[in-house]
Amino acid sequence: MSGKCDIIGETGLRFYGKTAASLSHEIKNALAIINENAGLLKDFTLMSKEGLPLDPERLMSIAEKVMTQVRRANGIVANMNKFAHSVDESVKDVDLGEILEFVATLSRRLASMRGVALEPRRVTSSVTITTNPFFLQNLVSLCLDFAMDAAGEGKTVGLVAEETENGARVRFMGVGGLAEVVGDTFPANREKILLEALRAQLVVDTEAGELVLTLSRDIH
Amino acid sequence: MRVLLVDDEEELVSALAERLSLRGIDADWVCTCYGALERVEVKTFDIAVLDVKMPKMSGLELKRRLQEKCPDMKFIFVTGHGSEDDFRAALTEAGTAYYLVKPLNIQTLIDKMSQALKG
Repeated sequence: MSGKCDIIGETGLRFYGKTAASLSHEIKNALAIINENAGLLKDFTLMSKEGLPLDPERLMSIAEKVMTQVRRANGIVANMNKFAHSVDESVKDVDLGEILEFVATLSRRLASMRGVALEPRRVTSSVTITTNPFFLQNLVSLCLDFAMDAAGEGKTVGLVAEETENGARVRFMGVGGLAEVVGDTFPANREKILLEALRAQLVVDTEAGELVLTLSRDIH
Repeated sequence: MRVLLVDDEEELVSALAERLSLRGIDADWVCTCYGALERVEVKTFDIAVLDVKMPKMSGLELKRRLQEKCPDMKFIFVTGHGSEDDFRAALTEAGTAYYLVKPLNIQTLIDKMSQALKG
């Protein structure tokens, strides 16, 4: 049991660290853009002191760019906060579609680095399950990571939450190339332990190009 | 000094290029690594300022490819992370003096570019 706890703890910490690093990188970019636009405003002010006329339209456009980046950074910080609070409760009711959208949002930058687009879709209005939200986010993220690598550059990976008789399932779609990459490496030990903790199963459908994650309605 | 700025954040490189231009530096910018490889085919640059982490191809890989096309080109790396791994990789490629962390100080960037061109 202790070995499983160690793996689940290490996997969770890695997920937390990777996500925090990615989000902080995005914040840095927003700050860098604010910095350059503030610098431009300073340059124009100095030029106006030298007698060059100020262009109000240009100043307005720069101010709008700054405000756009402030909104962007604010959104990223809000997501960081939401992510940090996902460890508050070990078991709670969650909207699976919302979880998929959130993990897709957190993964967007990493997807963009690989040239992959993510498309979370909602088939039914709401699919609610009782589960560990952090473990679920971690498992979805690991599956998504694998799916993005398998799909390859220029592809779109779809994520769909569906209700089933005994709970719910997540389909990672558009994962062509599964046959080439799937082997003994996926699901690895860390995914298997998370699957066990969430009372879930994972099926790799190479023919359909899909990963199907089946989740219990209630992990109690 | 002819500078090519490469970063996937368009708002960043366009503003930075404008600020460098206001200081009399011929600055051009692109938002993709492939765009950079195309741009050097039609224009000569003395130095390239590359973001380390970019989609599809890293700044380090881009540097190697640009160097094949333009052996005399100098390089400065820019990163948002400032992580240990990025630092070590950039150190190997360009030396510690030519590695900057965002947000940039424009005067520091200009000084580093001048140093790189003299070095």
